[in-house]
Amino acid sequence: MKITREDVEYVANLAHLKISEDEQDAFVSDMENIISFADILSGVDTGDVEPTFHALELENVLREDVVTNDYDRDDLLKNAPSKHNGCFEVPKVVE
Amino acid sequence: MKYETVIGLEIHAELSTATKMYCGCATSFGSEPNIHCCPVCLAMPGTLPVLNKKAVEFAIKAGLAMGCSITRKGKQDRKNYFYPDLPKAYQISQLDTPLCVNGHIDITVGDEVKRIRINRIHIEEDAGKLLHEGVGSGTLIDFNRGGTPLIEIVTEPDIRSAEEARLFLESVKAILEYTDVSDCRMEQGSLRCDVNISVRPEGATEYGTRTEMKNLNSFRSAVRAIEYESKRHIEELEYGGVIKRETRRWDDDKGVSYSMRGKEEAQDYRYFPDPDLVWITVSDEMISRLKAELPELPEARKARYINEYGLTAYDATQITNSKFLADFFEKCVACGGAAKAAGNWLLGDIAKILNEKSLEPSQIPFTPAHLARLTQIIDDGTISNTAGKKVVEELFINPRDPDIIVKEKNLAQISDKGALLKSVREVIEANPQSVSDYKAGKEKALGFLVGQTMRATKGQGNPQLLNTLLKEELDKI
Amino acid sequence: MSYYHLTAHEIHSMLANKEVKSKEVTNSVIERIEEVEEKVDCYLEKTFEAALKTAEDVDKKIAKGEEIGALEGVPMALKDNLCTKGVPTTCASKMLRDFVPFYDAFVVKKINKAGCPVLGKLNMDEFAMGSSTESSYFKTTKNPYDPSRVPGGSSGGSAAAVSAGEAFFALGSDTGGSIRQPASFCGVVGMKPTYGLVSRFGCIAFASSLDQIGPFAKDVTDCANILNLIVGNDPMDSTSLNIPKVDYTKALKVDVRGMKIGVASDYMNGGVDAEVKAAVLNALEVFKSLGATVEEYTMQAAKYALPAYYIISGAEASSNLARFDGIRYGYRTENYENLKELYENTRKEGFGTEVKRRIMVGTYALSSGYYDAYYKKAQKVRTIICRDFGEQFKKFDFIVTPTTISTAFKIGEKISSPVEMYLNDLCTVSANIAGLPAISIPCGLDKSGLPIGLQIIGRTLGEETVLRAAYSFEQSTDYHKNRAKL
Ligand SMILES: [Mg+2]
Ligand SMILES: [Zn+2]
Repeated sequence: MKITREDVEYVANLAHLKISEDEQDAFVSDMENIISFADILSGVDTGDVEPTFHALELENVLREDVVTNDYDRDDLLKNAPSKHNGCFEVPKVVE
Repeated sequence: MKYETVIGLEIHAELSTATKMYCGCATSFGSEPNIHCCPVCLAMPGTLPVLNKKAVEFAIKAGLAMGCSITRKGKQDRKNYFYPDLPKAYQISQLDTPLCVNGHIDITVGDEVKRIRINRIHIEEDAGKLLHEGVGSGTLIDFNRGGTPLIEIVTEPDIRSAEEARLFLESVKAILEYTDVSDCRMEQGSLRCDVNISVRPEGATEYGTRTEMKNLNSFRSAVRAIEYESKRHIEELEYGGVIKRETRRWDDDKGVSYSMRGKEEAQDYRYFPDPDLVWITVSDEMISRLKAELPELPEARKARYINEYGLTAYDATQITNSKFLADFFEKCVACGGAAKAAGNWLLGDIAKILNEKSLEPSQIPFTPAHLARLTQIIDDGTISNTAGKKVVEELFINPRDPDIIVKEKNLAQISDKGALLKSVREVIEANPQSVSDYKAGKEKALGFLVGQTMRATKGQGNPQLLNTLLKEELDKI
Repeated sequence: MSYYHLTAHEIHSMLANKEVKSKEVTNSVIERIEEVEEKVDCYLEKTFEAALKTAEDVDKKIAKGEEIGALEGVPMALKDNLCTKGVPTTCASKMLRDFVPFYDAFVVKKINKAGCPVLGKLNMDEFAMGSSTESSYFKTTKNPYDPSRVPGGSSGGSAAAVSAGEAFFALGSDTGGSIRQPASFCGVVGMKPTYGLVSRFGCIAFASSLDQIGPFAKDVTDCANILNLIVGNDPMDSTSLNIPKVDYTKALKVDVRGMKIGVASDYMNGGVDAEVKAAVLNALEVFKSLGATVEEYTMQAAKYALPAYYIISGAEASSNLARFDGIRYGYRTENYENLKELYENTRKEGFGTEVKRRIMVGTYALSSGYYDAYYKKAQKVRTIICRDFGEQFKKFDFIVTPTTISTAFKIGEKISSPVEMYLNDLCTVSANIAGLPAISIPCGLDKSGLPIGLQIIGRTLGEETVLRAAYSFEQSTDYHKNRAKL
């Protein structure tokens, strides 16, 4: 699959990654190499094959509805780059 | 040209579980920010989700109560997008295997029963809350709500008016309350809805272009938004314009919707099955167990109220739409209250006062027994209906036995024939003109005389008795 | 006295017999670290004080005459993607360089509970994405057998630490070969258990359906003891298996008589280095001499495993790494005016090139219009690979392949070509795709004196067979006795 600059821009936007001008071409060619490498998959006949999302088919791993939280808010917030009044903080969100 | 409005709803209801969807944090409202959080619901590195069993059961119950088929093998999918209130930068939801599919709710529009089909009900987690009161120009994030279990109920585009939407939402709310699946506290945002709306010329088979309005958090604003948006579509088309497919924001204060252009980023959610979670399989045994746990649902209760208590369809609907009201009503009847009268009080004066004080039925301060007693003392003539209104007012101020209120406030009706006759005779004597008018065949004069006797008894005279006595005395003249 | 060259079980006997104290052993390893770390560069964080404290506690216990566990008092170290309460956990990324978890990973709890002195946190490829530790934000770890070469990756620090005697054992994680490939390059034993056997809670996710934590050890006996310690159901991980406890040391018997070994011819031909191939053929002769039979077979989907792996792991990673947004923890750019810039510049500056590459590829594979052609297709190919293994395990008790197609390469040699770097995982990824247990054990040295690894793959939950096969080979050869000369 040919990868274009537009593809890279589109994907970078979805992934919230800033790609600078000078990185653009490298990403185009790297992605193209990797995607082309994966294009071999199109040759596999998967007509009636269901996808496998997990090697092990586990089911119904559920927890009881019982409160178990015992964390201190200071701990929860201590790694935050910016916080205020017990909250995490970001620049103004325009809704 | 005449137009038809086509509406589909997506309703998000918070489930009344004790804990969040994927961690053991308490679900809560109105606490200090970020108290009910843990590494899992803050998406700390290395943490993993484990599904709340109760949330699955609640979702299935809701589905069963809405006539859905239950999906026997479902998965959970990641919906990927960045937003500060979404800590993992994906919401765990269900894409193509919702727990419940193909259900319906019947609503009564006028005299007609109309079926609104439900496309699906799936489980997903709620996001945190943004508070726009940071230092300077910042936004703060509180993740207490983050990870709260939700069901999303998606209808087919079967709704045709704001009124139908309101009736449908009321039914949904009632069913969720009856089944204890959600407490539906709208004011706390535990029931929210997105509206998809389009219009088309009457008789057309193709749908018009639809717009979407998100996060309407009261029935009132949903109804207003639908009315506004449907009108906007029709006007646009009438003037030869075109409707743009878009998400619009409803401004409840201004009563208008507006386009959210600019915010509209590429909506490519890259859904895929969440590899941290496993299949949800639902057995026959589980379905029959949950079915057995279902209470009598609003529809069934309504039918019973009509048949057993002779309530009108309208009154029965009004009462059964609120689980609390219906339970209150039943307890009242069980305490010996007169069913029809109790219903009238609940939907009349009591509803009016609740409305004035912006209270929910669950905030009624007196007991069903109080209301039962009120209907009894009116029924046996102890007090008049008018005095009854005073008793209700008093019950809201200081709830206590109606007998005591009647005594304290001196509301008892005078049914003593001798005392009443005295007043009747006095009135006849004092109003010769009216008496002769009556005698001359002017029926209106009787009304005046009755009024005068009521006044003479300070409103406490038994009106029926007064009427009879007055007629008897006048006939003697 | 130096003990660093001994195995964990040797140390255990000495501790139990009161021939040495855990504190002495720990101090001796600390000395070793101070002596060779300059050449190896495998530690990102050292926690010697805590290790010595643990050692002292174990010594007190021994002094009281109490019995100790198989690994109690034996100093070890952890890959830096395993969360440690109060100790920085960086995933070798700028993104997490200041991150200090306030919770322990499930396996870390187990290690602490077992009384293993934890010496520190080990280098790795950034977010476990790589095969050489060169993508670490902090430094490149060197191969103890030849410091001009890579130790492999992504758990290169864990492999190098055990190989260099800087820890008696270590834990790592394996998503596509990240335990087995570096174990092979550094001449140690490395095992990826069946998916779900070891809880992933607290292991910073790369690709959730493939990641599995496992041991690095000097021999198979140590490996079995470590497995005994870290296996177990965890209610905090939905994919954690809830099965009866197994004592893996019971599998340690020299006995493969009558066992049938499958050799995937696809991994023996083509790109495989001649010396590597010769070592594997030699190993097969050893198995034959012990009474096993060997049969070649063709794995239909062999050539599809690697591309499928890169799509699946990339897709999952793109989503797993979206949480690193500079809001709740981790690096935040200084270069922002608004929220969008905060996101985009934080992630641009916080992630290294390889991580970004994988996020980009994974995002692409999931994006609208490409989901079916890439992500879903890869998951269907996964079904075919699983079925293929299912068929083979009807015939074979275990499958043998080289762990890697060549021995350790030079630092810098493959960094410029992502796809070439990816070929390192050629023989290992299919076990991750199918969730199977697989081990790499030393099976020789090449002409340059670099270790060669033999991979043994077992059926789902076939750990005991894998361990028995590995043990039988090990006990019949001397390759496990090689030590890096530093
Ligand atoms: Mg939703
Ligand atoms: Zn939580």
